[in-house]
Amino acid sequence: MLRVILKRIAIAIPVILVVASLTFFLVRMAPGGPFDAEKVVPPQVMKNLNSVYNLDAPLIIQYRDYMFNLIQGDFGPSFRYPGRSVTEMIFTGLPVTFELAFYAIIIAILIGSLAGVIAAVKRNTMLDYIPMTIAMIGICMPTFLLGPLLVLLFGIHLEVLPVSGWGSLAGDKILPSITLGAAYAAYIARLSRGGMLETLSQDYIRTARAKGLPEHKVIVQHALQGGLVPVVSFLGPAIAGLIGGSFVVETIFQIPGLGRFYVEAAFNRDYTMILGTTIFFSTLIIFFNLLSDIAVLLMNPRARSET
Amino acid sequence: MKIKHISFLFLSFLIGCGESISPVDSGLEQKILHFGNGSEPQGLDPHIVTGVPEHHLLISMCEGLTIANPRGGDNLPGVAESWDISPDGKIYTFYLNKNAKWSNGDPLYADDFVWSWMRILTPSLGSQYPDMLYYVKGAEEFHQAKTDDFSTVGVTAVNDHELRVELKNPTPFFIRLLSHYSTYPVHKKTVLNHGKIDDRNGLWTRPGNFVCNGPMNLKSWELNKQITVEKNPLYWDAERVQLNEIRYYPVSNESTEDRMFRAGQLHVTNVVPLEKCPVYIENNNPNLRIEPYMGTYFYRVNTRHPILKDKRVRLALAYALNRDQIVNKVSKCGQKAAYSFTPPGSAGYEPETEIPFNPTLAKSLLAEAGYKDGIDFPVLEILFNTQEGHRKIALAVQQMWQENLGISVQLVNQDWKVYLAREMTGDFQISRAGWIGDYEDPNTFLDTLRPNRGNNKTGWENEEYDALLELANSTNERSLRYKYLLQAEKLLISEMPIIPIYTYVRQYQISSDVKGWYPNLLDTHHPKFIYLER
Repeated sequence: MLRVILKRIAIAIPVILVVASLTFFLVRMAPGGPFDAEKVVPPQVMKNLNSVYNLDAPLIIQYRDYMFNLIQGDFGPSFRYPGRSVTEMIFTGLPVTFELAFYAIIIAILIGSLAGVIAAVKRNTMLDYIPMTIAMIGICMPTFLLGPLLVLLFGIHLEVLPVSGWGSLAGDKILPSITLGAAYAAYIARLSRGGMLETLSQDYIRTARAKGLPEHKVIVQHALQGGLVPVVSFLGPAIAGLIGGSFVVETIFQIPGLGRFYVEAAFNRDYTMILGTTIFFSTLIIFFNLLSDIAVLLMNPRARSET
Repeated sequence: MKIKHISFLFLSFLIGCGESISPVDSGLEQKILHFGNGSEPQGLDPHIVTGVPEHHLLISMCEGLTIANPRGGDNLPGVAESWDISPDGKIYTFYLNKNAKWSNGDPLYADDFVWSWMRILTPSLGSQYPDMLYYVKGAEEFHQAKTDDFSTVGVTAVNDHELRVELKNPTPFFIRLLSHYSTYPVHKKTVLNHGKIDDRNGLWTRPGNFVCNGPMNLKSWELNKQITVEKNPLYWDAERVQLNEIRYYPVSNESTEDRMFRAGQLHVTNVVPLEKCPVYIENNNPNLRIEPYMGTYFYRVNTRHPILKDKRVRLALAYALNRDQIVNKVSKCGQKAAYSFTPPGSAGYEPETEIPFNPTLAKSLLAEAGYKDGIDFPVLEILFNTQEGHRKIALAVQQMWQENLGISVQLVNQDWKVYLAREMTGDFQISRAGWIGDYEDPNTFLDTLRPNRGNNKTGWENEEYDALLELANSTNERSLRYKYLLQAEKLLISEMPIIPIYTYVRQYQISSDVKGWYPNLLDTHHPKFIYLER
């Protein structure tokens, strides 16, 4: 196990360096700069700005300086927000995005696996068809549609929940968490149904039933562990996706998370911010994939023996 | 049973917290204004930032020599309680209010302005608005590092409460410039405690550190969430200030902002979503405001282009547009068809130009230029930044030009920064543009089209036009000045390097609780006049 982890970390470092280098040159290739605005400033001003941020140095020198600082853990200052460092901005947005992703994934796991397990156990009945149809709709329904719909219903017509914000008004975390969790709940429902169906047809389940074990014990004690493996291996990329993809929900609900910084940085050509968030997200994705691989190893004896 | 329990719990979780009072209702009691502020401000350093959200914040926390009049018209006293202007209009003497203080209790002296203006003009600070002070004698030279002796710049503290400013030319709109945040004073000791005079990244603007001299003071700043300012009891006119707090929300999504307003989370919105505007107008939404604004939406023509350098072609394009139809059928949110570059009514200036909608005349002009019925005319490209509103107008223009002139037109939309880069390098034929005045005077529009101005971007250079503006700027007498400016405007419209389309309006929603809020051309609503009452 330790060997697997070390091997993964050894691969991760060059991957991150390649991501950083590619991103560095790609953002510089995009037309327009961080200080371009509709109102053109006198040439002297542009010259001063470029020299303040070292943008007048040859690109390769800038690259060398950036990588040198990066290795020391310094992402540099934001170009768009003078006085803010990229690290500070990432760590301001991150706890919010993490919290949002946490609620969303809990909702997704609870609703998704419950629906999936019931559907598998009551296969080909209404308890199978109805949740699976809803799950299919959930997968297809984009968050930018679901979010405003929920807001219109609960926030504006029923007036029971705030329409935006995060931690300012009572109950303002409910709708964004549901919106973000819904699509993942739907995926998890389908995955857990498939996993459970496969497990329920295994010999050891038949043996358990033949020994006269009550059905709920068969499912909870024997089938669940195997049936939920696909869900667990999906969780790693799902959590990374939730964090990276929270941008839409953050925008709809006016949540001060990291996703908004990420996308706005690209529009603003805030070079250091784009680089910082990209490197940070790629590290997160690698980390969560590793975590979910370890969890699968722990849950599945066969995979464990193969390594 | 278990499932029933869980779903019951979940539902009560959802519905249980619904009884809370809305921010707009509680704001009325506590005198807290909830303000939709567009986007997260770049910062709060008046010498560094450039945008409108920053403007809203800075007019509440800092104050210049004058403040914009909330009802429009001449500026009101700010830190300067009065001023004298020399007969030739070049020397201004400001008498500062002796009660003016910084929010930490320090008295505010004329020296503070001298130091602050030196700061914004220091080249290595990289300020983007130093040209607001280029009217001051020697300021441009100092900013362009032609000298490092600030005593050559025409601003001096005669004594603690008297500031003398010498200008290059009589600049009748100078008093109006002084309510712009780039001319605001900053607290020297605080700035220097957190960095050097030219430090862009100093932390003096953070809550706890921030010291300024406006009616409100910075209380908290949560990135991308909200900025709260509270009443500053040390402000010289604190008696007039009725609000206890203002909370600014950086809501960049228009639909989110609209929903927040409908749910009672905001008193004032920044905008109205494009698709909602006509609906609100039709339903007589009592909260909708549509007010004149000092901005022009126009199409910029690249006069370096081999075909567009012919004035007749530019005029043909302009005369083939039915502006009334564009504002009534396309933009549909109260915009006014524009027949001049400067919006009418700016500081009493009424442009006398006309741009007829006359397809026959347009066609004959195009024929004169050698393109009868549009034959042999190459495909014309309209460049615009990706946005639904711009696309709709470009589609309408495309159709009008194709129909009325027989030419083919192609639409090219680009990401904002790509669009800017293409405009800047002259890589366009026709491009969508907008210009919002920095101060209420025709000069803020007409000056941009002089030769060698970075914002010209059309390649159009006209000596006569330049001379007229120079003449206008050398006189202090308003009627004579406006005479030159009107002539310049006429010349501009007869040459058509830019094709005006409509005059902007400000569209937003405001709660009926907000009082002391008046429409004005620059959309400046000074917080000291605002109060809440139902």
